[in-house]
Amino acid sequence: MNDFYPLLKWIILPPLAGFILNGLLGRKFLGEKWGGWLGAAAILAAFIASCLCLSDLLSLPVESRLLRDTLFNWISAGNFSIDFALRFDPLSAVMAMVVTGVSFLIHVYSIGYMRGDKGFNRYFAYLNLFVSFMLILVLADNPILMFVGWEGVGLCSYLLIGFWYEDEKNAAAGKKAFITNRVGDAGFLIGLMLMFGLLASQGIFATDFATLARNVNLLDGKIVLGFGAPTIIGLLMFFGATGKSAQFPLYVWLPDAMAGPTPVSALIHAATMVTAGVYMLARMSFLYALAPRALEAVLVVGCFTAFLGAVIATLQSDIKKVLAYSTISQIGYMFMAVGAGSYAAGVFHLTTHAFFKALLFLAAGSVIHGMSGEQDMFKMGGLSKEMRLTFVLTAAGCLAISGIPPLAGFYSKDLVLEHVHAHGIPILWLTGLATAGLTAYYITRLLILTFLGKKNFATHAHESPLIMTIPMVVLAALALTGGWLGSKYLLTFLDPAAATLSGADPEAHRLMLISVVTALAGIASGFFFTIPVLSEALALKFRFAREVIRNKFYVDEIYEFAIIRPLKWTADSVFFGFVDSDMIDGLMVNGAAKLTYRAGLIIRKVQTGNAQLYALAFTGGLILLLYWIM
Amino acid sequence: MNFIDANLLTVIIMLPLAGALALLLVPKGKTALIKNMAFGLSAAVFIISLRLYFGFDETNAAMQFTVDKPWLPDWGINYRLGVDGISLLMLMLTTFLTPLAILASFDYIQEHQKAFYAGLLALQTGMLGVFAALDVFLFYVFWEAMLIPMYFLIGVWGGPKRIYAALKFFIYTMLGSVLMLAAIIFICLAHKEQFGTYSFSLFDFYRTAFDLKTQLWLFAAFALAFAIKVPLVPFHTWLPDAHVEAPTAGSVLLAGVLLKMGVYGYLRFAVPMFPAAAQSFAPWLAGLGVIGVIYGSLVAWSQPDMKKMVAYSSVAHMGVIVLGISAFEPAAVSGAVLQMVNHGLSTGALFLLVGVLYERRHTRMIEDYGGLAKAMPGFSAIFMIVMLSSVGLPGLNGFVGEFLILFGSFRTYPWLAAAAVLGVILSAVYMLGMYQRVVFGPVRHEENRHLPDLSVREWGYLLPLLAFIIFIGVYPAPFLRKTDAAVKAYVSAAARQQDSAAEGQGSAADSSLTNKNVNPPHSYKAGRRAAKERR
Repeated sequence: MNDFYPLLKWIILPPLAGFILNGLLGRKFLGEKWGGWLGAAAILAAFIASCLCLSDLLSLPVESRLLRDTLFNWISAGNFSIDFALRFDPLSAVMAMVVTGVSFLIHVYSIGYMRGDKGFNRYFAYLNLFVSFMLILVLADNPILMFVGWEGVGLCSYLLIGFWYEDEKNAAAGKKAFITNRVGDAGFLIGLMLMFGLLASQGIFATDFATLARNVNLLDGKIVLGFGAPTIIGLLMFFGATGKSAQFPLYVWLPDAMAGPTPVSALIHAATMVTAGVYMLARMSFLYALAPRALEAVLVVGCFTAFLGAVIATLQSDIKKVLAYSTISQIGYMFMAVGAGSYAAGVFHLTTHAFFKALLFLAAGSVIHGMSGEQDMFKMGGLSKEMRLTFVLTAAGCLAISGIPPLAGFYSKDLVLEHVHAHGIPILWLTGLATAGLTAYYITRLLILTFLGKKNFATHAHESPLIMTIPMVVLAALALTGGWLGSKYLLTFLDPAAATLSGADPEAHRLMLISVVTALAGIASGFFFTIPVLSEALALKFRFAREVIRNKFYVDEIYEFAIIRPLKWTADSVFFGFVDSDMIDGLMVNGAAKLTYRAGLIIRKVQTGNAQLYALAFTGGLILLLYWIM
Repeated sequence: MNFIDANLLTVIIMLPLAGALALLLVPKGKTALIKNMAFGLSAAVFIISLRLYFGFDETNAAMQFTVDKPWLPDWGINYRLGVDGISLLMLMLTTFLTPLAILASFDYIQEHQKAFYAGLLALQTGMLGVFAALDVFLFYVFWEAMLIPMYFLIGVWGGPKRIYAALKFFIYTMLGSVLMLAAIIFICLAHKEQFGTYSFSLFDFYRTAFDLKTQLWLFAAFALAFAIKVPLVPFHTWLPDAHVEAPTAGSVLLAGVLLKMGVYGYLRFAVPMFPAAAQSFAPWLAGLGVIGVIYGSLVAWSQPDMKKMVAYSSVAHMGVIVLGISAFEPAAVSGAVLQMVNHGLSTGALFLLVGVLYERRHTRMIEDYGGLAKAMPGFSAIFMIVMLSSVGLPGLNGFVGEFLILFGSFRTYPWLAAAAVLGVILSAVYMLGMYQRVVFGPVRHEENRHLPDLSVREWGYLLPLLAFIIFIGVYPAPFLRKTDAAVKAYVSAAARQQDSAAEGQGSAADSSLTNKNVNPPHSYKAGRRAAKERR
């Protein structure tokens, strides 16, 4: 353990510097020539710093692997004192490595993808800013600083989804993402308020994770609204996670977020930001250890979302939408693992998913690039000849996500399902398994519609330049080997205690076999159901179900009518129209003014101008006065 | 320099007024000279006020830079001034915003320029006086005097409905102040009864004791005046009209400084004077604050006029602040004081930005814009940061204040604080919605396609605001430290109710707030004597 480890801040500073340079000087001084490489170099520097920190961390004995550094005291008032402090433990280390590593590849890819865009430097500025916030999120040593990263990545997501702001739809999608995330953030904040409030009442004011973990027992036995305090705090924070990690009920922003440039979808909306919720739960695992009922909720929500996402993905025609719903579904797996009590398995799947999903998105980007912007898979087809390398890489990604051994997805997904099975609720395991089958199906469908079969367009597609394909090759290598490497090293690194237990399940091999067979069945059905005659016949037969799924179960519409419209109506008609304008202003303020005016009109009549009348009133008054005095 | 340092507060407060009078002597036609004089003077006031800021001893809870000179000695009315950490930040906010507001008016104001700048400077004296007065009579004079220049700023240089707005602003505020004046006179007479002398000293007012029922009435009289100023729902409807009609500089100072006077009134007067009553009113104040957060945000959402939207967002933000000061929890109060500064910066900046657009297109309607990002990238970038500050994004100033208020007041009012969090979310709904329709999307009106980006002068008054928006967000510690002692004094003053209500008289003199060393000795001793006799 080391409390003064100055190297840590150098993970965050280079991307921040990159943001400032590209943001302030980019357009005038750096231009396309330097801006992109500067952005990528900043991330490379952060990656190298992470590697150095990791090697120092590994040199420490297993039980005291923690590096900390306090930069300055950030907020201090009353009893609150919050430091700008960073921590680097195995969990942060894995996240930092994944974030900086995948980010670097995507930055390099972006240099090719964004070539010629008017907002080139703005793009790299935002992307660098995103990485700095993401690193603050994963390295923060207290939940408040983590929240800085948490909202910060949300901001960058907002900026990058609406990157091509001239199209109203993109800007609207960005806004939707930000606001949906904020709804979740409210839960996160209230959960934190409750936790800090309860701890403060016990005399605990420090907010760093170590102190919280030490004192979390004080929350046990406290009852809030009929639930144990840890349960309710855990549920509130999980609600925050459903926003950021696009889980039910707040997943609706992620499909729209595909409006952003495709590398952004790969980095933010697949590999890194959307998995922040999983990281947060793993970080707060000391709390969830006291809240088994909250974990049950996590498990069920994760399972439901995984299934829902996979079902919707099967009928999407936009290549990026398929991948978006696939991401929602895969993050559901991560939450299943966490809910079943294995944070290590969740983070393992997070890591492998970062590799193969980033690969798939970049490949999709390569296709879109090659097709000059087309995203509808039904207008593609037969691309395997014209984009051979992209095809091979996509196929690798497809096999990885389907869970075919020995690719990455197989190891991690299988481990997740093993933990869910061990948790003992068969229906959840079965749903997870069915989702695995659906996953193999929709991704095979994507591969076939895009690359195989008949060519459905007139123009000529072109393979992407090397600057785009090389990062994809690296990611493909990781997607091929990451699972095996991860199961060998990552799990013990993350959780030295639990790793010794894995593999002890006698049923493990049988489960493995079942899931491989399911994946193969999914792939086979992918080939089967994309046969044109068959798919048309099925579409006719199940027209209703197909419509419902294609329209994503009308969840967006339900939110629109059940929440947004009534709220807007309340704001417009009730609050502003009735209360503000009619009641307060109309009745009370201007009403009082009118009343005064009317009263004046009436009393004015006394002022007749008749001197005799005045004299009479005066005399009468005088008499009354004299009478009263005497 | 010696003269300035010896009379620092007086110089800071009176210099703008002197400048206003000097401006009146300048020939009407020399507009450039008038503008430069006004700006130079207000900038000088800011520079001088830096001596106040850096000379302030943050470890000392007592009033500093105190002045105490007899004014109307027969009535115990003195020229008493002094600052603690809370008033210090408010004074700095005022001296900081005024030159920026003046700079923003150079093109906007084309008629009666001399009178306009003289009015602005006179207004500054009024505002500064309110924050520094330690004599209740003097406070009242500044409080009322400030209304006059503001009334004319709205009524003369305002928009089409300016007369209605100015009158509404004036009558609303007067209604509150009249009751406050009655309460002030009542307390002064009670002080005479209890201690044998007339005094309008704030600390003598603190010492004057009342039974709970009387306290409640007196508190209500003060609270109403301040609630109108804040403004708390349902006393807020003067604000949107005043803002919409006021010229940019008027809006900036109205939102940036004038609203803070309401909160300052609670902190300095209403709560420490009547702690027992404050304790029983506090949940209601906090409740009104939270209603304001949600109500203000929702109503802001339905405004088609940018200025009106920002005005209603002020209602929401001020609601959070009132929640903070009603919680009587150090972190929440610290957050509230910081948030007063933050709101001044971000809302001031928002009004300036709307002003930038108004000068170009002479409309404030959201619908008349769209797609500005292309023609005005600099403007859009600043607008984005300011908007995010207003929304409370971590890393910018708004978050620090909101965070402290919400987490601090959660300990006192968990339900209200949780509800306020929901209101904070709504801020993203209306702000992002407005930003999107103004800055993003296609250019909907041809005349917007080639709008010029920010001029040097516009950068000049926006960048200082931006610098503080970021600085306070990243490193708020210096500002929080300044207010720490004053906040603690406020919280302990509010907790005084047990002794003062139970024992009745006098014991208030022992509390930390009255230990400040500005009390005229005779009245102080008399007070002690009277207190002892009663025991």
